[in-house]
Amino acid sequence: MYIIVIGGGRVGYYLIKALLDEGHEVLLIEKNASICETINDELGNVCFRGDGCEAATLAEIGTGRADMLIAVTGDDEDNFVACQVAKHKFNVPRTIARIRNPQNEILFKKLGIDVTVSSTNIILEHIEEQVPTHPLTHLLTLRDKGLEVVEVKIPPEANTVGKAVKELSLPEQSKLVLVISKERPPRLATANTVLQGGDQIIALTAPEAEEQLRTALRGG
Amino acid sequence: MKIVIMGSGRVGAQLAGLMDADGHQVTVLDTDAYSFRRLPADFGGTALVGNGLDQASLKKAGIETADVFVAVTQGDNRNVMAAQIAQHIFNVPKVICRIYDPLRQELYQTLGIEAISPTTIFAQILKEKIEG
Repeated sequence: MYIIVIGGGRVGYYLIKALLDEGHEVLLIEKNASICETINDELGNVCFRGDGCEAATLAEIGTGRADMLIAVTGDDEDNFVACQVAKHKFNVPRTIARIRNPQNEILFKKLGIDVTVSSTNIILEHIEEQVPTHPLTHLLTLRDKGLEVVEVKIPPEANTVGKAVKELSLPEQSKLVLVISKERPPRLATANTVLQGGDQIIALTAPEAEEQLRTALRGG
Repeated sequence: MKIVIMGSGRVGAQLAGLMDADGHQVTVLDTDAYSFRRLPADFGGTALVGNGLDQASLKKAGIETADVFVAVTQGDNRNVMAAQIAQHIFNVPKVICRIYDPLRQELYQTLGIEAISPTTIFAQILKEKIEG
């Protein structure tokens, strides 16, 4: 595959190193001449000096035949424009942008950038997965439906322990799906399912009802 | 009309003054408070420190009810991204941005963004002056 990487910072550097090891044809675009030189000295002739957001630069390096363009500069707007130019002017089949501001994810997706990678979100997700006291974990976002799949743990001391699902005041936009208890096989949540301490509940919810769902399941 | 201008440089500040003098409701957004010195002394609009790529700042500037959004910072990419946020996230009816790079301007024009390239326009004016 011919892969173009925009931005020769640390992310770009290690990315092309890995891609070269995998045997891809890789070209890195970097504005700064001295960074370019260092990379070319270390990794062979893989760095082209230029502005990856400029259509002229992208034309010069044969973007038209690229299979993928990955923009990993430190600026969201530069990554955004590089991907858009690649997509709309050169019909690159796959464009990937690194983003810093998690809010930009929606905009990038809406405007045709295939994949966004947000280090901020990745770190947040890891924190949520790793920290067991975190009361509600996001498992999956169904973006086009405006829904998310979350996991809620029921602490043994919660005042909802021993209550049936129908007794809880669940928000309308949330549905309990699965109940996973320690010593029993997972089962579907029904109106008569009784909550036990240590249960893990998998639920489907609208993001705005998240807080309400957490309170309903774990007590105030 | 309610107008939000991103970038209080020479063009942004001058435009803000003109629109304000015509009786429009103008908000100017810039990341650097020092750049508001360029606004005319009798400017009656709002000057707000904030990043036009940040949706919270844009909301503070009143983008949700704005009729016009203009992006005139020094960065082409910043302008074009802010313009698309205004157009696609906040549905501002009229969005205009400045793109110095003529090639990018051409591309974004075809993508439905009103983009003006001062480079092309000024070069054309100079050519006409020279050739008479």
